[in-house]
Amino acid sequence: MKGLFLDEIELDREETLGSHHFTRQAMLRFAQAYDPQPFHLDDEAARQSHFGALCASGWHTAAAWMKCYTAFNERHRIERASRGESLPDIGPSPGFQNLKWLKPVYVGDTITYACRTKDKRPLRTKPGWGLLQFSTLGRNQKEDPVFSFDGKVLVQMRRR
Amino acid sequence: MGEAASLLHFEDFPVGEVITYGRYQVAAEEIVDFAREYDPQPFHVDEAAARASLLGGLCASGWHVCAIIMRLMVEGYYGRTASMGSTGIDEVKWLKPVRPGDVLSCRRTTLEARVSAKRPEMGIVKMHFDLFDAQGDVKAEMIGINLVRVRNRQ
Repeated sequence: MKGLFLDEIELDREETLGSHHFTRQAMLRFAQAYDPQPFHLDDEAARQSHFGALCASGWHTAAAWMKCYTAFNERHRIERASRGESLPDIGPSPGFQNLKWLKPVYVGDTITYACRTKDKRPLRTKPGWGLLQFSTLGRNQKEDPVFSFDGKVLVQMRRR
Repeated sequence: MGEAASLLHFEDFPVGEVITYGRYQVAAEEIVDFAREYDPQPFHVDEAAARASLLGGLCASGWHVCAIIMRLMVEGYYGRTASMGSTGIDEVKWLKPVRPGDVLSCRRTTLEARVSAKRPEMGIVKMHFDLFDAQGDVKAEMIGINLVRVRNRQ
């Protein structure tokens, strides 16, 4: 995260990752490929559903979080590299917990995603790597929380 | 009317039921296309960088893997279910990388099923999903909620 080694990451710090605007075209394209349910594809069917209007696949909302997270990290990696600082290898994630779709994301909504660091520890099974845990929140343009989850990612430690 | 009646409803998801369904072949191009748009980390978009990473080769974004589980779900049963969407996912474990050429299927186990106290027309079904390849290796596990309309309201 942020191009930092695990040793450098401060806990209980919140970062705003960025915003994603949901267009009808992108919502339909995602839903056609991965979540072709009527309330994600068809205005009339969505109006008659309990959602009331066309809404994004929940996995589209999640993928847009990742888009903001990777762009945020990349900006920081570029800044760090420009200062001549070393960068950790990018690590994978073993999974996540407690993902909540709190409210539908509708056509034209802009979701702003944030991330808070929660815990970090070295991994005995992968020398030189540790696990960072964080929580996330996405809010729409009315400040309503629409999306959250608890994530984890492997982060490289400084070589000693 | 006949169409709505033929849909699967809450009553059609008994606890303990295990059902296997679907077939989805993942192409390298699809892995890279999804990742370029949503998760452009080196191990999802660049074969050489992926080989040098902890993941050992090009593999699908975990969010892409979740989207594939969703696609298989809609094709396998949710597309003919009186679906009311989902409130969320308890847990996802990305156990093994999904690679180009993998042929994936899903196995669902109904863990819990109850009618919402606030909304008696809505059933809350908790499912465990295993996404596995042609060799039977489980690539990902998901525990999540399917919201399903109740058929017989007293």
